[in-house]
Amino acid sequence: MPEYTTSELMVSRAAKELKNGDVVFVGIGVPSLAVNLAYRMHAPGLCMIYESGAVGCVPTRLPISIGDPCLVTGSLAVVPMLDVFNLYLQNGKIDVGFLGGAQVDRFGNINSTVIGDYRKPKVRLPGSGGACEIAALAKRVVITIANSKRTLPEKVDFVTSPGYLRGGRQREALGLKGGPELVITDMGVYRFDPETREMVLVSIHPGITLQQIKENTGWEVKVAPALPETTLPTPEEIRIIREELDPQGIFLRSRAG
Amino acid sequence: MSKVMTMKEAIGRFVRDGDLLVMEGFTHLIPFAAGHEIIRQRKKDLTIARLTPDLIYDQLIAAGCARKMIFSWAGNPGVGPLHAFRRAVEKGSPRPLEIEEYTHFGMVLRFMAGASNLPFLPTRNYPGTDLTAVNPNFKMIRSPYADEELWCVPALRPDVTVVHAQRADADGNTQVWGLYGVQKEAAFASSRVIVTVEEVVESSVIRSDPNRTIIPGMIVSAVVREPFGAHPSFVQGAYDRDNDFYVEWDGISREEAGLKSYLDEWVFGLPDRAAYIKRMGPRPEALKADRQMCAPVNYGF
Repeated sequence: MPEYTTSELMVSRAAKELKNGDVVFVGIGVPSLAVNLAYRMHAPGLCMIYESGAVGCVPTRLPISIGDPCLVTGSLAVVPMLDVFNLYLQNGKIDVGFLGGAQVDRFGNINSTVIGDYRKPKVRLPGSGGACEIAALAKRVVITIANSKRTLPEKVDFVTSPGYLRGGRQREALGLKGGPELVITDMGVYRFDPETREMVLVSIHPGITLQQIKENTGWEVKVAPALPETTLPTPEEIRIIREELDPQGIFLRSRAG
Repeated sequence: MSKVMTMKEAIGRFVRDGDLLVMEGFTHLIPFAAGHEIIRQRKKDLTIARLTPDLIYDQLIAAGCARKMIFSWAGNPGVGPLHAFRRAVEKGSPRPLEIEEYTHFGMVLRFMAGASNLPFLPTRNYPGTDLTAVNPNFKMIRSPYADEELWCVPALRPDVTVVHAQRADADGNTQVWGLYGVQKEAAFASSRVIVTVEEVVESSVIRSDPNRTIIPGMIVSAVVREPFGAHPSFVQGAYDRDNDFYVEWDGISREEAGLKSYLDEWVFGLPDRAAYIKRMGPRPEALKADRQMCAPVNYGF
């Protein structure tokens, strides 16, 4: 087994969540790498859609932004953003959306708007972009975020993108389908309890202790009865990530194990 | 009648103090040359609207041209925050900036409502988000056809929209390929439209490939020939995105003084885009796109 970085582990784990044939709304960074890895490994029938309007992309270099010209060249279609959101997303054609943010809470609500009060923010973040609609309208949502008390608070400062709100049936009651399915952090992987809709730790990355996770999560984290180690990236996955997807280390700079 | 004029004349005639200004282009075709001329002419009290303010609105904010911003994602894509925007919102420097915030879908629907002469458009988006609590422009309606409620966003009707494109004829019939963004909807929603293009072509070129026309001359006020007018953004088939500049901008804009010297050197210190290209040295040539021609299609009948 070659050495791998935590980011590479997260990319590989996220890729495994994608099925062949999935239509995936792709973001930049870990999501883009994960989707491209899945496409090269087990999901050649996967369809990448970027909110910029490129559909069925086959990027030949690492896209730096979601509007990179390499997403257009060789794609199946380029459509106006009105079509992306109305015809593809709202019309239920998107299977998976990838999201990140500054904060994620125990019910999978995401904040990418402000830290502190909205009118007098401590930190003004970029805002929703397309995240709110992806969280509301994609069939499944996969979240990647760092595992710390700051990034995983009990309650987010601002709900930019709805998860399960305050849990239970609240999301469905508002007419929303889908919802977050998986949260991948630099320490472990979480799923959502089907009844309470609270995040439950389902696997732990090698070298991380349960104690570390408890100390770095903003609430008393629930743990699945069986807690396996997160599946490691294979040598072939590491090779593809390093040699084909991000050869310059733009998104996965640190190569230290 | 030809609408072709210089950038100086187009901005001077069609962008007015206090306007609701839109310069769209989702990563692709961002009209930076027009933005620099607006700063150079010291337009003021503008309300600036765009899905992604990008560096172009960060510069307008730093130059003191903007009073208010309407947007959905304010960052430097793939790099980090927009520093001038953050200074304005967090510290009110150099002047306070009023903000009105949506999501990408919301902004697109606002332009489409404006372009369709409708007061609003509904969506299944927005249940559960706090955005509807901080922006009273989100309103809920009951469907007249079924037992359901939908959030709505109001029409956006800009005074003036600037669009950059690959080519147009002298009347403003404008063709785009590559990412479309929301330019067509923004242009149709707007009272005045300025088109800046890499190339002004004969109408026969436009008519040879009518499916590629996104903006018809009937809604265009001015056509400006401005090669390399979207740099550091890109133009499919002409030049690549200058990703290095987007990274450099983080350093340039981190402090107010650095941003001011950039504006002094690259905007106020230069008369026009031609001088900007000259000052760039070998960079424009390095960004030049390679050739990937599409298969021709037959428009015959």
